[in-house]
Amino acid sequence: MTDLSNLSNSVSIRDLSLSFGAVTVLENLNLDIKDGEFLVLLGSSGCGKSTLLNCIAGLLEPTEGQIFIKDRNVTWEEPKDRGIGMVFQSYALYPQMTVEKNLSFGLQVAGLPKDEIAKRIARASNILQIEPLLKRKPAALSGGQRQRVAIGRALVRDVDVFLFDEPLSNLDAKLRSELRVEIKRLHQSLKNTMIYVTHDQIEALTLADRIAIMKSGVIQQLDDPITIYNRPRNKFVAGFIGSPSMNFLTGELAEEGGRPVFRTNGVSFSLDGYEASEALSPGRKVVLGVRPEHIKVDGDLGSEEAHDAIVDIEEPMGADNLIWLKLAGHTISVRIGGARRYAVGSKVRLGFDMTMASLFDAQTEERI
Amino acid sequence: MANVSTLNATGASMDAVKTELASGPRGKRPKRVMSGRNIMIYGILGLAALYYLLPLYVMVVTSLKGMPEVRLGNIFSPPMEITFEPWVKAWSQACTGLNCDGLSRGFWNSVRILVPSVVVSIAVASVSGYALANWRFKGSELFFAVLIVGAFIPYQVMIYPIVIILREIGIYGSLTGLVIVHTIFGMPILTLLFRNYFAGLPEELFKAARIDGAGFWQIYGRIMLPMSLPIFVVAIIIQVTGIWNDFLFGVVFTRPDTYPMTIQLNNIVNSVQGVKEYNVNMAATLLTGAVPLFVYFVSGRLFVRGIAAGAVKG
Repeated sequence: MTDLSNLSNSVSIRDLSLSFGAVTVLENLNLDIKDGEFLVLLGSSGCGKSTLLNCIAGLLEPTEGQIFIKDRNVTWEEPKDRGIGMVFQSYALYPQMTVEKNLSFGLQVAGLPKDEIAKRIARASNILQIEPLLKRKPAALSGGQRQRVAIGRALVRDVDVFLFDEPLSNLDAKLRSELRVEIKRLHQSLKNTMIYVTHDQIEALTLADRIAIMKSGVIQQLDDPITIYNRPRNKFVAGFIGSPSMNFLTGELAEEGGRPVFRTNGVSFSLDGYEASEALSPGRKVVLGVRPEHIKVDGDLGSEEAHDAIVDIEEPMGADNLIWLKLAGHTISVRIGGARRYAVGSKVRLGFDMTMASLFDAQTEERI
Repeated sequence: MANVSTLNATGASMDAVKTELASGPRGKRPKRVMSGRNIMIYGILGLAALYYLLPLYVMVVTSLKGMPEVRLGNIFSPPMEITFEPWVKAWSQACTGLNCDGLSRGFWNSVRILVPSVVVSIAVASVSGYALANWRFKGSELFFAVLIVGAFIPYQVMIYPIVIILREIGIYGSLTGLVIVHTIFGMPILTLLFRNYFAGLPEELFKAARIDGAGFWQIYGRIMLPMSLPIFVVAIIIQVTGIWNDFLFGVVFTRPDTYPMTIQLNNIVNSVQGVKEYNVNMAATLLTGAVPLFVYFVSGRLFVRGIAAGAVKG
């Protein structure tokens, strides 16, 4: 029963289901993670992403399905035998042990010789630059240092797969971005497979080779960050990724002069340039999604069809300026350069970049 | 009121407003020591302390008086002539039944009951609490619920069946039997205590230890135990005071030569022949109560330190 497609996959998940009593958390989930890949599981809380990670780690027993790590069926294996290291959101350092003991605990339990343990601790603490902290207890460390030690604990185990469960969520914004870069650097130098759970889309977009966006236990889209960002497969993904979030206009398809248009509240928008995966049949109820940075105003306008709009609110954010425009009964956010300012109530010409827009069926919310 | 009027001040008095703003209250608000609230609180606390300390005072002074002085009946007056005779008598000479070797026999009996009962019950309860909190098994919740129900059943209901059980296995009347009874009856409340404490420790610590490859006993011994000093102290306080002060089980499950201290105390104090030696009775009572008091004083400190140590986020 060896599935040949498993080869060169580091982690494979086959038909995985998990339910607690009547509550189904994961349903029939399939996922292949390639050797050395950085995969991010992204979703809001309660979507099952941490549950999936715990299943891979062996901390939760699946109700159905199989898990392969390095082509070995580990479904029934103990966590320690799976060749994984895990980093937790709350660091989970043993409070009564020094940093050094924290790092060596797992190796001692495994019965490794002393000099080997010392060698591995030296290597890990060198990589993570935690040598000065080795004799300290976790309580005497800052949040960033603690998380570094927690990563070190996974590192010394010399494993194939690293699992990260929201490792940066407890840190403040500045430390978070610093450690994010460090994790990325770590991945580039170690080239291990890493599975990373987060609800932070910036972490997902910056770190991932591929992102799996999850919602109620089902993977909505599994793609590289650029594809996820530019060609979301459904309305949920489109709305979840991107900040400020995508503008959604509900309306219907129509035809004007033999070309498909999107019509909402009596205003028509030409769909020239949109790459549809199916025929744009007139009369179909749809949702048009356009990101704030894919809308052009005034001087930026090129070949796009332009419409008149009124400035409702302005939100200067330093590098960018977000303006909210009223058009055909909708409020649309547009991202422009930080130096460009608009007075509230002034008139603006605006056009959608249809090559970057997304059309979703109003019923199924799937991309057209 | 002053603020309202300054707010209403017109432009002409703006300067006055400014100086008032500058000279208004700043920094920490001063606290009055003799406020009505403080007098109330300390008054009530003082009265309560007096209420509880007065009997203790009477006991101590009576135990230090000789019988002639006790007979004078001034129970609140301090001893005119301090004597430790009653203490010596209570410890080594007072008669209970046939034995006339004082409370010392009961003290050592109680120690021989206390130590194994406390150690065994806490050891078993901490492991089962840990298992119930971290290693959920099928039916563990039901098991726990049944155990908790045990805490609400009056002991008296179970005495007769237990007497028969102990008789049948041949340890009725021995200290072993009493130790087993104490251990079993300590289980519900102690297991509840430990389960809730372990359930309150971060679950991720347990997960991390499992990833590190530690098994049931390694996680218990090397991760959980070092983190649970406070709850062990609480358990020790509960068990030591409970078992030391126990009367019912002691009188039912032991024989006169293995009577614990509380039974002996009762026999000394309630003996009807001869003169009532109040000074000896008081000394005997204080001696019997010394152990729980000692535990409170020693471990109370440890307890607070344990709580404080546990409060540091790890």
